Amino acid sequence: MADVPKDRRYTKSHEWALKKDDLIVVGITDFAVHELSDLVFIDLPEVGKKLKAGDPFGEIESVKAVSELMAPVSGKVVEVNETLENRLETLVESPFGEGWMIKIQPSSAAEYDKLLSKADYEAQLEAHE
Amino acid sequence: MKKTVLNSVHRDLGARLVEFGGFEMPVQYASIVEEHLAVRRGAGLFDLCHMGRFEIRGRDAVRAVDAIVTNDVARMDSGQIRYALVLNEQGGVRDDVLVYRMPDSVLLVVNAGNREKLLPWFREHLRAHAVEFRDRSEEIAMIAVQGPGAEDLLAPLVTTSWVPALRKLGYYRMSDAKVGVGGKVYDGWVSRTGYTGEDGFELYVPSAEACTLWSALEEHAGQKLRPCGLGARDTLRLEAAMPLYGHELDETANPLEAGLEFGIKLEKPNGFIGCEALRRSKEAGLQRKLAGFRVDGKRVARQGMPVFAGGKEVGIVTSGAPSPTLGANIALAYVERGLSESAALEVDVRGTRAALAWTPLPFYSRKRG
Repeated sequence: MADVPKDRRYTKSHEWALKKDDLIVVGITDFAVHELSDLVFIDLPEVGKKLKAGDPFGEIESVKAVSELMAPVSGKVVEVNETLENRLETLVESPFGEGWMIKIQPSSAAEYDKLLSKADYEAQLEAHE
Repeated sequence: MKKTVLNSVHRDLGARLVEFGGFEMPVQYASIVEEHLAVRRGAGLFDLCHMGRFEIRGRDAVRAVDAIVTNDVARMDSGQIRYALVLNEQGGVRDDVLVYRMPDSVLLVVNAGNREKLLPWFREHLRAHAVEFRDRSEEIAMIAVQGPGAEDLLAPLVTTSWVPALRKLGYYRMSDAKVGVGGKVYDGWVSRTGYTGEDGFELYVPSAEACTLWSALEEHAGQKLRPCGLGARDTLRLEAAMPLYGHELDETANPLEAGLEFGIKLEKPNGFIGCEALRRSKEAGLQRKLAGFRVDGKRVARQGMPVFAGGKEVGIVTSGAPSPTLGANIALAYVERGLSESAALEVDVRGTRAALAWTPLPFYSRKRG
């Protein structure tokens, strides 16, 4: 079973969102990193970019295919993890920690609460098995 | 979706399974890049049971196949294998195949995705000849052992009678084979062929014995033999600039533009299906050429992406991937034939342009001897 920390929320498309002070930190799950495998490229947005929940905020490419990264919540990008662009291994080593992608200043608090809980996300992973 | 006889083996190995050519096939067991490098440095094990195996027997077998495919089957020796194309009347590619000349039959190995389409077509085109046509895809399994370590690994296990020993088997040659491994002897054929750009072999044994042979080979070789999926097979063949049906080749592709002249004998006395159309296309002047490129940057150029010279679209990518051996992104593309190899080209990767550097093909060729 893939690691799913309970301190945060999830999307069906395998992003995680973590509340930190008044910001939402976003990344992709251990499961997603494993599924993609053989990562080659990541494209993240500029600081200041406005995002809508469910819209792509970037893309991640593996040997076989490219996938879009979806914003879990609406808001403004206030910080981007630039080390990832040069060192994708960070994402493999620590998808829930140092492998974070962006920090969003959310435009509403309600969206975060509607995301999947650890239990919901685990149920989805089990259905996938 | 169809399954090969090795499906349970792939599941036990934890493979990621995908649809390919109508079959559920392993795309990777762990990492595509690691599997790719295992074949370049040691040896890899591949399930090729999804490919079609057609047998043509009888007095006219050689003549009948010769009248259909592009290569010169009549001049092949017994035990020899050649690459050939099966064309439609317009000279487009129905499939690319390997032709095996056996002592008393001809075997064709065809692509999985084209097998169903070719079956009735072959039956119809062979009707006028004194031959027996059999689809033996289900009863004969095909397993590849590819890489510089393949010969040392298999030579002690395989005995042959058409050639003095496996080590004496030439490139694109085949023999009968007895594979003795894990306390059992597997009776079949062996060929020195592959789709990876490395030395290597393909083994043909009864389908009922494929699982035990696979497991026995793995057990015997241990770390020296790594199961490899279609993901690595694709990046390996791309580095070796071998065409893949559905990418470089399809019913509308001109095989001369794909650079496959070596497998096309336009001067063959009795011709082949599509010969006239190909001759005419050559006289009229070919329109495009398949060329190799290194792609600048980290984005991967993939099939269908347009190629530009300044503002003008001059080509289209057919295959692209990160090359584990070269450490750069590579791509094959059809481009206008008249383009100079100093022309500055770019590929449009989802709205971002990346420079293309012309690269002689193949991208990778093994050191021989």
